[in-house]
Amino acid sequence: MIRFDHVSKHYPGHRGALSDITVDIADGEFVYLIGPSGAGKTTMLRLIMRDLIPTSGTVVVDEWKLSSIPTSQIHHLRRRVRTVYQDFKLLTDRTVYENVAVGLEVLGKNEREIAKDVIKVLSLVNLEDKYGLFPLQLSAGEQQRVSIARAIVGGPKILLADEPTGNLDPDTAGEILDILEEVNSIGTTVIMATHNASLVNERKKRTLALDDGSIHSDEAKGRYHVQKKKHANA
Amino acid sequence: MRTLKTAWKHIRRSPYQAMAATLAMFLTFLLTGFFFLTSVASAVILQYFEGKPQITVFFRDQASQEDASGLTTTLQASGKTAQVRYVTKEEALATYKTLFQNDPLLLEMVTADILPASLEVSATSPQYLDDLAQTIASYGGKGDIIEEVVYQKDVVDALISWSNAIKVIGGVLAGLLAVDALLIVMTVIGMKIALRRDEIEILKLVGASSWYIRLPFLWEGALYGIWGATASWAVLIGVIVWMRPVLLSFLEAIPVFVTVLSNPTSTIFLTGSAALLGILLVTGFLLGIIGSAVSVGRYLKF
Repeated sequence: MIRFDHVSKHYPGHRGALSDITVDIADGEFVYLIGPSGAGKTTMLRLIMRDLIPTSGTVVVDEWKLSSIPTSQIHHLRRRVRTVYQDFKLLTDRTVYENVAVGLEVLGKNEREIAKDVIKVLSLVNLEDKYGLFPLQLSAGEQQRVSIARAIVGGPKILLADEPTGNLDPDTAGEILDILEEVNSIGTTVIMATHNASLVNERKKRTLALDDGSIHSDEAKGRYHVQKKKHANA
Repeated sequence: MRTLKTAWKHIRRSPYQAMAATLAMFLTFLLTGFFFLTSVASAVILQYFEGKPQITVFFRDQASQEDASGLTTTLQASGKTAQVRYVTKEEALATYKTLFQNDPLLLEMVTADILPASLEVSATSPQYLDDLAQTIASYGGKGDIIEEVVYQKDVVDALISWSNAIKVIGGVLAGLLAVDALLIVMTVIGMKIALRRDEIEILKLVGASSWYIRLPFLWEGALYGIWGATASWAVLIGVIVWMRPVLLSFLEAIPVFVTVLSNPTSTIFLTGSAALLGILLVTGFLLGIIGSAVSVGRYLKF
C-alpha cells in the first residue's frame, strides 16, 4: 500500500512541486497519473521510490515510512519498487539478456536462477527471440519492453512508469500498456504517469489528475480531464 | 564473486587505463623491492662486520695474561661489549699458519715469540665503538702493556652511512613512486566511475546496494596493485637468479649470502622469495585499494 499524507514538496528557489497531497493507493491497483507538464507527476513517482524526500508530510510504502529510511537501506525499497522511464535507461553495451539480468544480479541470484527468470520475463514481453541483440538493434517499442522486463524481473511489488509511451507511436504505446496491464494482473501495483489522453480514456483505470501540484480529481474510471481543460483554456 | 567478475569486465573494457595503472604499480614495487633487498643485504653485511672483532688490542711482550684480564674486566664492566676474547701468542701463530698455509717461506720465518698476544673486542652496537676506544685509551698503564690498538671503526662507519643512505634514498624514492601510483589509480578509477555514471544510476534504480556498486571499483584498484607487485617480484627474483654468480663472487666471504644464493631451489631461497612476494602482494593490495577507495569515496556518494 502507498500512502501520501499531507505531502508537500518544494524545490529550493522554485514554487512548490506538490502541495498538501493526501492519497492512498491499494495493493494491486493500476493508477494513471495525469496532468500537464510541471503538475507534479514525476515528483510523486520520485517520492515513492525515495529519490526525493517530502518537504512536509509523510510518504509510506508498505511498512516503510520513506523519510526514515537511511540512505544505505534505500536499495531494499528499490528492489520492491521498480521504475520504467520514457528514455528506457538501457545499457547500450550490453545485450537484451544482460540488461534484464542486471535486475536479478543485484539480488544476488545465481546464474541458473537468472537464466530461468530472464527467459520468463522476456517471453512475457515477447522478446525471447531477441535476447542476444543490443538495445541499439531494437525499435523504440522493443527497447521499452526490455526496460519493463528489467523492472519486473525479480517480482517487484510496485511498478512506476514515468511516461513509458512518450516516445512511442500509438500502436506500440498500446502494446506497452497491454504488457503493463498483464504485469498488474499478476498482482503488481502499477502507477503510470502519462500525457497520453487516448490511452487513459480507452483503458478506464483509476486516474489521479494533478494540476499545479495538487490533486485535481481522483476517479475510479477516469478520463483525461486536466489535459482537456488546459486545451480548452489555451 | 560477482563483484570481482564485474571488476574484470571493467578492466577488459578499458585495457590501456588498466595497463597504465599496473605499470605505475610495477615500477613502484620494482624500485621499492630493489631498495628493500639492498637494505636487507646491507644490514646482513653490517651484521657480519659487527660480528667480527671490531677492536684488536695488541699487547707488548712484557704484558701478562693478568694485565689482559684487567682490561677485559674493565671493558666488560661498560656493558657495551658483545664479546671480549684473549688470543695468546700460540693462537695467533695458529691463525697465521692458517692464513699463509700456501706460503711455506713465510711460515718458516715466524714463531710464536714474535707474534703479539691480543684482545679481540666486539661491541654490542657499532655506536659504542668510540666509547670502547676511549676506555682502552684511558686504561691505566696503557703505555706499558699495550703495543697498538687497531679497530675497524672506519669500515663499519662507512657501512652504516651507506646503509643509511640506501634507506633514506630508497625510502624517499619509493614514497614518491607510491604517491604517483596512488594518484594514477585514483585517476583511472575516477575516470571509470565517470564513464559508468549511467550504469551506476541504473544499478541504483534496480536496487543495487552501495557496496554492490562500489566493490568492483575497489577490486579493480586492488588487482592493479596485485598485478604490479607480482610482476615486479618476478623481475627482481629473475635478476637475482641471473646475477647469482656475480653476487656470489662479491659476497662469498659472508656465509649468509653463500647459503641463500648458492642454490635457487633451496628451501631458504624459496622461503625468502615467497616472503618477498607476500610483502609485495600485501603492500600492492593495500596501495591499490586505498587509491580506489579515495576515488570511490569522492565520486560515489550515496
